[in-house]
Amino acid sequence: MGARTFAEKVLSRASGKDAQAGEIVTAKIDLAMSHENSALVLKAFKEMGAKRIKEPDKLVILFDHRVPASTVKAAESHKVVREFVRQEGIGTFYDLREGVCHEVLPSKGHVLPGMLVVGTDSHTTTHGALGAFATGIGATEMAAIWALGELWLRVPETMRLVMDGGLPPMVSAKDAILHVIGKMGADGADYQCVEFTGDVVERLSIAGRMVLSNMSVEMGAKAGVCFPDAKTEQFLSSRTQIPWHPVHTDDGAKVKVIKHFDLSELSPQVAKPHAVDNVVSVDQVRGMSIDQAFIGSCTNGRLEDLMAAEGVLRGKKASDKVRLIVAPASRDIYLEAIERGIIASLVRSGAIVLNPGCGPCLGAHEGLLAPGERCIATTNRNFRGRMGSPEAEIYLASPATVAASAIKGEIADPREVVP
Amino acid sequence: MIRGRAWLFGDHINTDLIIPGRYLDDYSPENLVKHVMEAADPSFAKQVAKGDIIVAGRNFGCGSSREQAPLALKLAGVSGVIAVSFARIFFRNAVNVGLPVIICPQAHVLLRHGEDVEVDLDRGLVRSVLTGKELRFEPLPKFLVEILDNGGLVPYVRERLREE
Repeated sequence: MGARTFAEKVLSRASGKDAQAGEIVTAKIDLAMSHENSALVLKAFKEMGAKRIKEPDKLVILFDHRVPASTVKAAESHKVVREFVRQEGIGTFYDLREGVCHEVLPSKGHVLPGMLVVGTDSHTTTHGALGAFATGIGATEMAAIWALGELWLRVPETMRLVMDGGLPPMVSAKDAILHVIGKMGADGADYQCVEFTGDVVERLSIAGRMVLSNMSVEMGAKAGVCFPDAKTEQFLSSRTQIPWHPVHTDDGAKVKVIKHFDLSELSPQVAKPHAVDNVVSVDQVRGMSIDQAFIGSCTNGRLEDLMAAEGVLRGKKASDKVRLIVAPASRDIYLEAIERGIIASLVRSGAIVLNPGCGPCLGAHEGLLAPGERCIATTNRNFRGRMGSPEAEIYLASPATVAASAIKGEIADPREVVP
Repeated sequence: MIRGRAWLFGDHINTDLIIPGRYLDDYSPENLVKHVMEAADPSFAKQVAKGDIIVAGRNFGCGSSREQAPLALKLAGVSGVIAVSFARIFFRNAVNVGLPVIICPQAHVLLRHGEDVEVDLDRGLVRSVLTGKELRFEPLPKFLVEILDNGGLVPYVRERLREE
C-alpha cells in the first residue's frame, strides 16, 4: 500500500478495503446524526420494511431547525420522532433543548478524529474540524443506514488549502473562509476532501476551525478537515474517555490541488446577495442600510462569536432601525454566556436573544425578512429567499462585522467601531 | 427513455430556490408541489407538466441536504434533470428518490426553453426532438442505474432486507 490521503485512510478503514480516490466503496458508518428530518428518515425506514435499527448506539437524533415547534406540522413531526425514539431506544436523543446539531455533537464528545460521520444536514462538514471525515447525506440514505449500518460513498480526491500569514486584529475565521470561497467559487471544491492547513489554521481555536470546516460545503466540498493537534486533544480530553488516533495524509500521497492564501493583510469580508462566493472587502459595501442583524447558527453561534460581538457592542446600543437578533448555538454556550455576563451586555445593547436553534438562518421562524429588507448575518448562506421573502437581501459576515453594522444601522467595518 | 418539454435554468440553482426552508415544516406532496422552484421561476409550479425535463448549468442543487428538493421536482412531474454539474448531496438524493440526473455539459447550450427533449438513459443520448441534434453523455454507473430502475433507494433496500 502506497502513500494515502486522509480521506483514503478513513474510508479504507470504514470499508475494509484499500479505498482509492475515485472508487465507490460501501462503508460502515461510525456516527449518524439526523435532526427534524428524522421524520422523513423514519417514513423511508418504514417503507423499506425494516424491522429494527441495525446499530442504534451509532445514532444521534436531536431537533434544532424549528424549536420549540414553529407550526402544528412541525410539532407533529417532533411528536412522531419522539415516540419512535422512545420505543426503539436509539443511542442518543437530545430532543429540542440542547441546540444546533453541529455544535452539540462535538461538544458532547460524540465526534472523534478519524471517524466517519454522516448527517442529514449539509453542514455536517463542521465535524471535520476535529479531524473526522464528516459529510452531509439525504434522509432516505439515512434510513438505509438505520436499516443496514452502511452507505456507499465515492472516495474523494484531496484539495489542500494552505492559509498562512496570520490574521490581522478584528479579522476572524469567518473572514478567512469567506475570502477563500470568494476565490475558489461556489463549486470550486466540488466533491473534494478539503484539507485546511497553514499557520492561520494552527492558531485558530476549535470553534474557529469549525467555521472553516462548516463552510467548506459552500464551495462544494464533500468534507473539510483540520488535522488534530494539542488543541484538539485539549478539547476532547474533558469530553470523552474513548481513545482515539489522529489520521493524517501521508507525505507523497496524491493531493490533486494545493492552493496558498496569504491572509496577513486580509480585511473583514462580506458575501453579497445571492451567492456565498460573491465576496468583497467590507469597505466596498459599508454604508448600506440594514434592517436586521443576526448573530448565531452552526457557523458563528459559539461562545467566542458571542464574545466577539459583545466586545464590539459593549456599552453601545444597536441602532433603533435595526433588529439585532442573537441565538447561541447551544444550551451550554447560552448558559456560559449568561454566567459571564455576555448575554446581559448584549441585551443592554438592544439584542433580542433567542433560544438555541437554527430558526432564522434557514428562514424557518424567529425573524423572517419582508420584501425589500436587508439583513447582515453570521450565517452560511445568502441564497435568494433563504431567510424569508425572495425580495429580501442577505449579506454574510463575521460576528464583529455584524455587531458593528447593528450599531451603525448600516454595513460597517468593526475596526471603525472598536479602534 | 424519458421525454418532455425543456425548462432552462442557469448556474448554481440552489435548494432554497428549488424549495425554501420556510415551507419544510409540511412534508405533504401537495405542499412541495405548490412551492417548487418558486424563487427561481414563479410560473414553474403552475405550468410544469408530467415528463418535463430541467436543463441547467453548473452546480445544480447546491446548498442544503434537503431531500425535498429532488422530491418536489419529481412529485411535480419532472422526469429528469440535465445539468453541466450537480452538487453532490442533490445528486445522491435525486438517485435515491428515483429522479434521473444527467451530466451533460452542452445541453443547456443546444436546447431551447420549451422545446421537446428525449433522453436515452441507457445509451447516454440527449436529443432535441425539433432539430434531431444529439448530445452524448456518460451513463450513470451501473450500481446507480440499478437504484433508479428500482424506483429509488427504498425499494432497493427493501429487496436487500428480504434477502438477508
